[in-house]
Amino acid sequence: MDHDTDLGGPAAAFPATRCTLVRAAGSADPAVRRQAAETLIAAYWKPVYKYIRVKWRSHNEDAKDLTQAFFAVAVEKGFFDPFDPAKARFRTFVRLCVDGFVANERRANTRLKRGGGGELLSLDFAAVEGELRRQESAAGADPDDFFRQEWVRELFAAAVDDLRRQCAGSGKELHFKLFERYDLDGPDAAEKLSYASLAEEFGLPQTQVTNYLAFARRLFRRLVLERLRTTTGSEDEFRDEVWRLFGGDVR
Amino acid sequence: MSWLSDATLLHLCRVADWPDLTGTRYDCVDKIGQGGMGAVFLARDRELDRQVALKVLSAAPDDADAKARMVAEARLTARLEHPGIVPVHDAGVLPDGRFYYAMKLVRGKRLDEQVSRTTALAERLQPFQKMCDAVAFAHAHGIVHRDLKPQNVMVGPFGEVLVLDWGAAREIGPRADAAVVGTPGYMAPEQATANVAVVDARADVYAVGGILYFLLTGRPPAYGPGAVLARPRQFDRAIPRPLEAICLKALAPDPGRRYADVADLAADVADFLARRRVRAYPEKPFEVVLRLATTYRTVLTLLLAYLLIRILLLVFFRS
Repeated sequence: MDHDTDLGGPAAAFPATRCTLVRAAGSADPAVRRQAAETLIAAYWKPVYKYIRVKWRSHNEDAKDLTQAFFAVAVEKGFFDPFDPAKARFRTFVRLCVDGFVANERRANTRLKRGGGGELLSLDFAAVEGELRRQESAAGADPDDFFRQEWVRELFAAAVDDLRRQCAGSGKELHFKLFERYDLDGPDAAEKLSYASLAEEFGLPQTQVTNYLAFARRLFRRLVLERLRTTTGSEDEFRDEVWRLFGGDVR
Repeated sequence: MSWLSDATLLHLCRVADWPDLTGTRYDCVDKIGQGGMGAVFLARDRELDRQVALKVLSAAPDDADAKARMVAEARLTARLEHPGIVPVHDAGVLPDGRFYYAMKLVRGKRLDEQVSRTTALAERLQPFQKMCDAVAFAHAHGIVHRDLKPQNVMVGPFGEVLVLDWGAAREIGPRADAAVVGTPGYMAPEQATANVAVVDARADVYAVGGILYFLLTGRPPAYGPGAVLARPRQFDRAIPRPLEAICLKALAPDPGRRYADVADLAADVADFLARRRVRAYPEKPFEVVLRLATTYRTVLTLLLAYLLIRILLLVFFRS
């Protein structure tokens, strides 16, 4: 786990009530507000940075400053307070806030040091630059599609880390290894893996491989849904995102 | 934190929705469809080493109504043992409580993908006739499909035809819990209105008429308030009048003016293909002569040739 992005502790630590995160970001209680902001930043900073880099064609140094400043100003000035789930999904709202912020910054031709100067957040931009170089979907994508894809990437990556932790904590390392080999590495492998070859590789019966994979996938799905609940603006938006991600209803 | 490629994201979206088949005889291979009620997965039956299609309820396991509807669908489909209706092999409950059933994996193309306007008319009507046989069989067993459309008819590589998705099917007869189901364009007017409780086999006749209309014109019948149904020959003058008449009789807004059931409709199409008189089309005298001449073309040709030879011989010997 890269602790640079672990700003407010794991999202699971946030009160587990449904879709409260976005509302909590506008809370009158500074402690609640800060914790909500940290969790939102953890979920959104990478998509925001990549979005500024790719869609606003910003130099990486400028994109770093803009990302830092965006979240600093968003927390300070309550950018997310006017969010109305009836009008847009939260992800789209964030993207529009970024667009407005970057446009304003460029108009004012101000650069550094937004948000009171200095880096408020410890974010691993070098790693994200590395990711951007490996990505094939950046160029030419629709802005909203690109932002969504990056948001999904971040959501799934965080859920994979949760899964790794949970499997390690419950003695199910083999479940995770199979999941990692087949579901994480498999799609990029030059030769398509089969359950039979995986069973041979791990010295397990094929039924055990499929059962372990089913367990890991089920847990992965649950962890994605848990994270999704905290970063969507309403129950309807949450269900809609589940449909778009998995093509099925919430279970 | 792990970085996930686009291919991995896509794969995870797919597999995270796969059902947990622990304790069953199936391994999930891929997701192949998503309907309103359930998702369909390609699975491997380990016991028989064959591929099957698994339909799994999409709704939460505690949604008793959804589960009851899918159980009814599985039982009803299993009852209809006919070569034109997809056979159900097995049913059960997944570890997460969701109902599923296994059925034959149907390979081939949907009727709307399989035929085009360039396909010969007789070739277009061949799967149509087979589909009618399957629907007529269901009607004979007191079942009405209620969602027939080209997308629900699969044509296999060897010409086999299967009618799919019996999720909206029910027993013929008045029902208090009737709900509006069907697809615009193929849904009979009484099926889309307050008369839904008395929907019978003639609703399927309308839908089958809609499929015939699609096969003739390449488009579904017009639907919606104020929509006027264009005659198929308005799109293509080559469409035979009797076939147009069969289509329009099946699509009559008043159920009383349609064929009584799909078997009747299929019989009329069979008569058309055999160049016999069709009941839906009152022929004019010259059309009768033309049809008979076309039907008995070989006999007439031989007769004329015989007469010609006799005349030539007569002339030759007299001279």
